This record gives sequence, C-alpha cells and structure tokens, in this order.
Amino acid sequence: MKEIKLNLPFTDAEINSLRANDKVLLSGIVYTARDQAHKRILNLLEHGKPLPFDLRKTAIFYCGPSPAREGRICGAVGPTTSARMDPYTEEMLKAGLRVMIGKGDRSEQTATLIRNYGAVYFAAIGGISAVLSRCIVSCETFLWEDLGAEAIYRMELLNMPVFVSIV
Amino acid sequence: MRFIDTSLIYTAVYETICKISFVCDPQLHEAILEAQHRETEDLPREILGMIIQNHNYASEDIIPLCQDTGTTLIFAEIGTDIHFSGKPFSETIQAATADAQHDCPLRASIVLEPIFERNNSKNNCPAVIHYELVPGDKLRLLVAQKGGGAENMSFMKMLSPSASADTIVDFVAEGVIAAGSRPCPPLILGVGIGGNFEEAPLLAKKALFLDLNGHHQDPRYAELEKRIVAKINHAGCGVQGFGGNNTVLSARIITAPCHIASLPVAVNLQCHVHRHEEIII
Repeated sequence: MKEIKLNLPFTDAEINSLRANDKVLLSGIVYTARDQAHKRILNLLEHGKPLPFDLRKTAIFYCGPSPAREGRICGAVGPTTSARMDPYTEEMLKAGLRVMIGKGDRSEQTATLIRNYGAVYFAAIGGISAVLSRCIVSCETFLWEDLGAEAIYRMELLNMPVFVSIV
Repeated sequence: MRFIDTSLIYTAVYETICKISFVCDPQLHEAILEAQHRETEDLPREILGMIIQNHNYASEDIIPLCQDTGTTLIFAEIGTDIHFSGKPFSETIQAATADAQHDCPLRASIVLEPIFERNNSKNNCPAVIHYELVPGDKLRLLVAQKGGGAENMSFMKMLSPSASADTIVDFVAEGVIAAGSRPCPPLILGVGIGGNFEEAPLLAKKALFLDLNGHHQDPRYAELEKRIVAKINHAGCGVQGFGGNNTVLSARIITAPCHIASLPVAVNLQCHVHRHEEIII
C-alpha cells in the first residue's frame, strides 16, 4: 500500500498514476454536494446555465457537515454513501468532473463510467468525523444555504486521508 | 404513585443526546480495539486505528463522532405507577431533541415531508418515540442517535414457518453481505424474530441496546447469533468494505410469539458509531 500526497486540481498524469487501495493525503479546494445539490446542479446543466465553480479544477465531496461550534473552522465532516449519487454521475462527468470523494461502493455501471472518463473515485472512511475535521483548513457555505446540511460548502483540505477506490 | 416532573426527563435526555454524540461508549471502544487486535489484514487494521483515534479526537475537540449525528430515537418504558407532572411527556422529549441539536450543535437531518418538499425541520425534530407500559414506578429510557446509512440497509421479511434455523442464518447474513460497505462496517446487528409485521423491526431495533458481548439466554438462539456473525465475517466485506474478518462485531436476537402462519424476521443494521445509552429515572 502506497501513501501519496496530492494537491487538487489533478493532472491527467496524476490520476493515471493512482492504483486501487492507494492511500492518498488529499489537499486543496473541494465542494460538497449531496442528493439535493446534485439535483440542482443537473437542473442548471440541463438548462445550459453555467455552474458557479469549475468542476474540472476541483473535487466533489459527498458530504453534509454538521454545523461548526462557535469559534471553530468547521463541524463534523465526513463522507455520505456515494451510491446514492450514481444516477447523477454520468452528467457530472460529462460536465467535467474528474474527482469524487465519498463512502462505499459504486454501481458497476458508474465504476465503468468513472474509468472511461479518466476520473477517480476516492473512498473516505465513514464515522471518523473528528479525525477528518482536523484536516479542514477552511469551510464556508458556498451555495444554496436553504438546503442546510445539503447545501454546497467550499472546503479547503489539508492532508485528508482517502483511499483510491475506482480509477 | 410516584410523581416525576418532566423537567427531570428533559435534562436527562438532553444531556444523553449531547454525550453520546461526542463520547464513544467504552464497551464499543473496547470491541473496536479487540477487532483491531484480531484483524489480520493491514488496510482494515489501519482503518480500525483511525476509528479508535476518532473516539479520542471527538472527546478532545468536542466534535461529533460522525457528521451524520442521526435521528433521535427513544424507547420509553413507563412504570404504570408514575404520574408525570409539568409539560407533556412527548413535548419534553422533542424540546430536549431540538435544544441538543441547537446547543451541541448537531446536524439537522430530518425532513418533514418525505417525497415532494423534503423540507428540513431545522431542529432534528421530531424524535421517534416508542412507548411501553410496564409494572412499577420506574421510567426506563433507551436513547439512540441513529444514522441514516445503516438504517437504509436494514431489512425485514415475512418468512414461512417452515423456514429452518439455517434459512434464517442465510437470510440475515445474505442481506448484510449484500449491503457491503454502505452501512459503515464494522456493524452491530439487531435481529427481531417473531411478532408480526411491525413488531419484528421494533424487536430488531431494541436488540441494538443489548450487551454487545452478551448472548441470548436460550442456547439455541445464542448459537444462531454466533453463526450469523461467523457467516458474515467469513464473506470478507470487512471494515468499511476494505476486506478482512471484521464486518460484524456483534449480533443480538430478541424473539416474540407469532401467528401460526407467520415467521417475521427483521434485521436492523447499526454502524460502528453506535450512539446509545440507557437512562433510568
């Protein structure tokens, strides 16, 4: 098992160098999106409207954080079940997404799509929010605050441990 | 007749929700340490180490063990000699749930309408409450913060009474194996056998509050508990789906009488965060 430090955004060569089960300490800017945010992103794409961030240069983290206590950078941060986002993944890949972070398996069909698009899916560990929260440098609500935990948050990660699941 | 002011219940429930959201149950912590000791493969052993580290960091940083801080679930066993004074019982529980969500703070994870609006209640209410009347003047509350991932993978079936013990072990094991990494293994399983269509899942949920290391008093059911654990752990999903022999830490069974035509079996999956506590007033 290799341990690799990587910064977002990735080059194609960096993605190609990854192998399943590699441990990656991930740094850089990511945006969270769960079920409801995916619905809204797809709605924007369907209507040909621009997204407020460049999917090619970031990662989507399937995550709905808990609120931060006063004076803290963030609350509890961790991955939600990625398979729920499978129905949206093809459109996201078409729109340029190449890096996803979540929890658990993807469908066979989604795994094939991820490979065909030269993308990577990282599995983060579920239920270790206190560990992962120590890897968050900044966290702010970015879009659709009305969705609460399901809003899009912009987070900067520093050496967050994830494992290559599909590449 | 014993009078209990519901403000006492408010405080106990509020404090319990806050505590279990941040502090790992010592018995569970021990079970994870043992699993790490048993684990033969490197990757799942490393992840078990991260889970142990999480228990420590959550207490140190006062940050929830998991970002899915869960649905508040209460089993209330109410002695019939009790008279409650103060605010109504259920209102008290809901107030404790909302205030704990606000003050900790916990994630607001409940939507009020399930299909169309899915509008968030913004205070984690309502808590799910099950009531049972029991003899005596004690109030026993089983409190849990139950996450969505493991709950989503829970299942039940009305089996035929002709089903053998082998069939039941297979049914439980296959369902858990099919869930893969989604319920966040290592898991604790609650299995309800008997009752009817709504009772079996309630028994399964209640079984999650039993001693992790204990076994059913009937040795035949104790044997089933052990066989379920062994069969699932043999299948190799392992910690978070990364392989090894620690998919399940414990399986506990509760049984109930059932109709001559029926054999309901329900399985409630619980992730490794397993936030639960018993309160006796």
